[in-house]
Amino acid sequence: MTTRIVELRRGILKKNDELAAGLRASYAAAGLLVLNLVSSPGTGKTALLERTLRELRARGARAAALVGDLETDNDARRLASSGAPVRQINTHGICHLDAEMIGRHLDGWNLGDLDYLFIENVGNLVCPSSYDLGEKIRVVLLSVTEGEDKPLKYPTMFNSADAAVITKMDIAGPCGFDRELALRNINEIRPGIRIFETSAKTGAGMEEWLAYLVEERKVRGH
Amino acid sequence: MHELSIVASILDTVTESLAAYKSARVVEVRLRVGALAGVVVDSLEFCWGIATEGTALEGARLAVTTLPVVMRCEKCGRDVELEGVQSFRCPNCGEPCGELRQGRELEIDSIEIEDGEEAG
Repeated sequence: MTTRIVELRRGILKKNDELAAGLRASYAAAGLLVLNLVSSPGTGKTALLERTLRELRARGARAAALVGDLETDNDARRLASSGAPVRQINTHGICHLDAEMIGRHLDGWNLGDLDYLFIENVGNLVCPSSYDLGEKIRVVLLSVTEGEDKPLKYPTMFNSADAAVITKMDIAGPCGFDRELALRNINEIRPGIRIFETSAKTGAGMEEWLAYLVEERKVRGH
Repeated sequence: MHELSIVASILDTVTESLAAYKSARVVEVRLRVGALAGVVVDSLEFCWGIATEGTALEGARLAVTTLPVVMRCEKCGRDVELEGVQSFRCPNCGEPCGELRQGRELEIDSIEIEDGEEAG
């Protein structure tokens, strides 16, 4: 009985990576800045996005969102109140969004009519880290209620992020949030990452976050 | 828990590659998985057993080589291997590391097959 080794050297997520590369090229051709928002469930991705969409639109920017959840279109309805085009992606049990789902849900939208596209991933700090959606910027969110050691517990996700947003800063005091420790932990896993401290409720930190988006679109959108 | 989807992708790729070999039986599938790939090896192995049952790959072993994180340290002027994933500073000089050189791999390296003849 003879056995032999066949070299394959193939990325397991190659199909996703190829689709993501195609999406990235079409975003770039349209001059569209795409962000992928990832966090645990309940961190406040939708709240941040709701305010971001509203404020960007108020400044004349054209922003849209795709929002992923296992079930319900509650988040899409919430975000649509900003007036921005929004589509819900229901994964029906799948723990992450992939490039194929994004491509399918962009169908019918003219990307050239948009300046920003926000993809709100399924609330999960593990699985979405493996799936490229063609985004330029992966934003990881951490709320003051979650514990300052989240970056150390989920290094894969925090290390793959391009920017971090600490949310719910308005309740940092009552939660006993140790800001210095959280910043240190984020920097330990992703040294030098841009960090924003925001409250979607009071608007604190939103100016800096919005200025970053505008700047990144100028630099990286085209 | 996306390991089952990952195992499904491995099955697809291996099955496609097998089309080139007549009556081959797969003995082992060898993977390279980086420490930052976001995949739990135990979970992959568990899913592998379930997903291969009743298929042409039933009984094939899954061999996983895990790869440590390697980053570029600009200060030291060389690539450095990190001991874990709790700190991304250079183990020699303590400076924050630069570019990631290794650690996100999620690849099928090779397969070991038995009695396979290359078709046509």
